[in-house]
Amino acid sequence: MPITVNDTPHDLPRDPRTSLLDFLRHNCALTGTKKGCDHGQCGACTVIVNGQRINSCLSLAVTHDGDSVTTIEGLGTPDAPSALQKAFVEHDGYQCGYCTPGQICSATAMLQELANNMPSDASESLDGPIKPTADEIRERMSGNLCRCGAYANIVAAISEVAEQTNGAGDAA
Amino acid sequence: MEQDKPARDCDLDGMKQGVLGKPLSRSEGLAKVTGTAPYAAEYHVDNCLEGVLVTAPFTRGTITGIDKDACLAMDGVVAVIDDSRMTARPAQGTADEAPVQQPQQVCYWGQPIALVVAETFEQARDAAKHLKITFEADELDEIPLDPQEAETENNQSTRQGDLAQAMNDASHSVDGRITTAGHASAAMEPHAAIAQWDGSTLTVHASLQMLNYNISELADSLDMEEENIRLVSRYVGGGFGSKLGISEETVAASIAAIALERPVRVVMSRQQVFQCIMRRSETTQRLRLATDDKGDLTGFGHQALVSNLPGEEFAEPVLQSSDFLYAGENRVLELDVARIHQMTAGSVRAPGEAVGMPALEVAMDMLAQESGVDPVELRLRNIPESHPVEGTPYSSRKLAECLKQGAEAFGWEAGPRKPRHTRDGEWWIGTGMASAARVHNISEAKARVTLKPDGTAMVETDMTDIGTGTYTILGQIAAEMLGLPREKVLVELGDTQFPRGSGSGGSWGASSVGSAVYVACTGLRKTLGERAGVSEDELRLKDGKLADGTSVTDLLNGGDLSEEGHYEPGDIDDDFVAAGYGAYFAQVRVNRFTGETRVERMTGAFGFGRVLNEKTARSQCQGGMVWSIGAALTEALHFDPRDGHLVNCDLAEYHVPVNRDVPDLEVIMVEERDPAASPIQAKGIGELGMCGGAAAIANAIFDASGARVMDFPMTPDRVLAAMPAS
Ligand code: FES
Ligand code: FES
Repeated sequence: MPITVNDTPHDLPRDPRTSLLDFLRHNCALTGTKKGCDHGQCGACTVIVNGQRINSCLSLAVTHDGDSVTTIEGLGTPDAPSALQKAFVEHDGYQCGYCTPGQICSATAMLQELANNMPSDASESLDGPIKPTADEIRERMSGNLCRCGAYANIVAAISEVAEQTNGAGDAA
Repeated sequence: MEQDKPARDCDLDGMKQGVLGKPLSRSEGLAKVTGTAPYAAEYHVDNCLEGVLVTAPFTRGTITGIDKDACLAMDGVVAVIDDSRMTARPAQGTADEAPVQQPQQVCYWGQPIALVVAETFEQARDAAKHLKITFEADELDEIPLDPQEAETENNQSTRQGDLAQAMNDASHSVDGRITTAGHASAAMEPHAAIAQWDGSTLTVHASLQMLNYNISELADSLDMEEENIRLVSRYVGGGFGSKLGISEETVAASIAAIALERPVRVVMSRQQVFQCIMRRSETTQRLRLATDDKGDLTGFGHQALVSNLPGEEFAEPVLQSSDFLYAGENRVLELDVARIHQMTAGSVRAPGEAVGMPALEVAMDMLAQESGVDPVELRLRNIPESHPVEGTPYSSRKLAECLKQGAEAFGWEAGPRKPRHTRDGEWWIGTGMASAARVHNISEAKARVTLKPDGTAMVETDMTDIGTGTYTILGQIAAEMLGLPREKVLVELGDTQFPRGSGSGGSWGASSVGSAVYVACTGLRKTLGERAGVSEDELRLKDGKLADGTSVTDLLNGGDLSEEGHYEPGDIDDDFVAAGYGAYFAQVRVNRFTGETRVERMTGAFGFGRVLNEKTARSQCQGGMVWSIGAALTEALHFDPRDGHLVNCDLAEYHVPVNRDVPDLEVIMVEERDPAASPIQAKGIGELGMCGGAAAIANAIFDASGARVMDFPMTPDRVLAAMPAS
C-alpha cells in the first residue's frame, strides 16, 4: 500500500534510510515540515500520522506503509487557514516561523488529546474531564521548542482555539 | 542623508494614515503558519546534489590525507571537496572579508575539513561518515584550552581615579566574582545553502542575517567579483548572531556547485551548527562597587576575562553598558581575552550585555542588601547626569521610568528585604529585579520605495527579516509616509539584487533600514508635492488620496515613481551616549530540597525609542525575556577539558527554555522618542530583553531561598550548594 499524505497517495521511497521527514521534504516537496535537529529533540518536524502527532525525523518512511499523514500543508492554506493557523497569526505565536508548522501540527493533535481526556503531568487527576488551562497547554507543548521565545503567544493562540472549540480544536 | 544632529522633528508624527506603531499582524504571517514560506534549503531546484560536511576529530594539527577514492566508490557519491578556499570558521559579524580558510590546518575540534557530495542526502551522509582521513595532531598538553591558564591579551581598559581607595573609604561595598557559561544561538533553522552556477553567476539561497556583508565575505572567500554573485535569504529561521557572517556550508556549497556545474545543497546537522558556528564566550567577572552612606556610588569596577581562538578579533564585549550605566567617580573597566583552541567565539544575541549585565545586576543586588537601600531605589540613585568618564550627554534615556513603571506593574514591595520570607510547602517564594541596558547601534542602509500606478507601493532592500518583524514594520513606515493602507505596500527583502540595507544584527535593523525607507519616502513626497503644487508640509496623504480628494495615482502619469533612500549615521554618536534601557522584575519559587527554580512571573519594562509595531515589538521583548530565563537557569556549553570539544552539541543536552519553563510575561513599552538615535527616533529591541533579565531571576532566588548563586546558569546543584543551612 502506498503512504497517503494530505489525502494524496505517494509511493514509499526506495532508500530505506530515508526518514519520514526527509521523505516529506524531498520526495513529496512538502517543505512546510521543518528539520530542526533530526534527532527528536525539537519538534519542528511534527506531523500527524493516523491522528497522532509524531516527530517525523525519528521514523523511517518505509515503516509508514498504508499510513495517513497530515502535514501543515494539509491543515490549511493561505486562502483557507485553519483556526489555529489564524490564531497564530493574530496572537503573533511565532517570530522567525521555523518552529511554527511543528507547533501548529502539534497543537492540532494536542487539542484532540485534551478532548479525549488524556491526562498529562499538569492534570489534576488521571481520569475525568481535562480543562485546557494554560498550564496544560504549556506542558503538552513542551516538546516543541521555539528559540525565538514565542511561548506566551503560542499559549494564547492555542487557548483561544481551545475555548472556541471546547478543547477539540480543528484536529485533522 | 547623513545624520549629524538629533532629528527633533520627525515627519512620521505629522502623517495621516495612522498605521505606524499599530499592532498589525505580520504581513508574511500566513506564509509562515501554512508552511509555504521557503527557508534557505527549501527551494525546489532540479538536478540538485546534496553535500554533507566532514569535520575534524582532533583539536589542532594538519590533515595529511583524504582517501577520496574509497569514498567516490560508494553509492551515489559525486565528489569529495577539500578545496583550500573552504572556510574553517564562520565570518564574524560585519567582517566584510573572508574568514580563516585553509581547512587543512585544524584549529579546533569539529572544524569542517571537507565536503562529500552525492546524488541524495542519505548517500552523502553515509559517505561523509565513512570518509577516511589521516592527520598529524598536536599533543594535547601543548594546546591551550583553559582560559584561566592561557595567555591573555588586553582588549579594553578604562581607569579613572582610585578604585582601591574608594573601596577602602566606602560605607558599603561589594567585591564579587561571577562566572557565566558559554551560550549557543541555537536558531531553530540549521545553517543551509543551495548554490547554483550558470557559468557566469553564482546564485546562493542561504540562511544569513547580513547579505550586504555576506556577499563580500563570499566573494573574497571564492576569489570572485561581487557582481557575479547573488545571495537570497527571504526567510531566515532565526539568527541570534549565528548567521551574521558567511558560514562554512555556504562557501563549501558554492565551491562544489562551480566545480561540478550542478546545484549543490549543504545543510549542517544540528551537531555541526553547535560545533562549528559561534559560541558566546564563557566569562569570569569581578565586580567592585563602593558607595557612601546614602547609597551613591563612589567606585565602580568591572573586569572580565573571555576567550577566543588565536587570530579572532572578536572579544565578548562584556563591559559595553557598564561603561555608561551607573555613576562612580573612581572606575576600573578591564576586558582580557584568553587565546584557546575551542570553536570560534562570536556574537550570540546581545553580545556583551547578555552576560555583563546579569553580573553587574547581581552585584547591585548584593550592594542593596549590604547597604539596606531598596534595589529599585539604589538604581534610581545612581543614574548619572552625563557619561561618568567622558562627560558626554545621554540621548533620550528612560531607565528611571522603566524602573518605576515596572515596579508598579509588578507590585514591587519597596523597603528592607530579608530572604526566606515566604514558603509554600517545599518551595521558597521570592522576588528580584534588575536593570536592562543595551548600546544603540545603527548603520548605513539603502532601500528603494516605488509608487505604482495601480495604487500600491513596493519597498525593496536586501535587509533580512529573521523573525524580528522587518517585513511588517518597513511596510508600516512606507504606508504611513505615503498615506496608504498597510496591505497596499509590498515589501521585498533578502536579495542582493535590491539596494543594500544594514542587515539584521546588533538590534540595528529597524532603525537603520527603517530610516532608509523613511528617507526614500521623504523624496517621493517631495516629488508628489511638486506635482500636486502643494508644499510638503501640506501634503496630507491618506488611503491613497490627497486632502482635496485627488488620487495619488493621478500624479504618477501612468508610470512608476521610485526613490532610493540612503541613510548614513554621520558623527552624531560622538555627541551622545545612546542606548536602550529597561527593568525586569521576577518572581520565582525555589525548591528547598532539590534546588530547582521555577519562574512564576516576569515583568519587563523597556524604553527603546519609537515603537514601530506594538505587536512585533512586544514579541521581541518577550523573546529576550525567554532568553533571560535560559541564561539564568539552564543554558551552558560544556567543553571537554582534555581536548576542548563541545560535549553538549544538541538540543537534548543544551537546554533552551521550553514552553513550560516560561510563565506569563508582562511587557511594558515605555513611550519614548530618541531623536539622536535615528531619523525615525527608534532604537533597537531585538536584544534589550535579555540584557540583565537573568539577574532579576538570580536576585529572586536569593530573596526566596537565601542562596546567592555567583555562577550562571543557576542549576539546582549550584542553588543547593549556595543555600544557607538555616
Ligand atoms: S527535527 Fe525532528 S524533532 Fe527536531
Ligand atoms: S518562531 Fe522562531 S523558533 Fe519559533
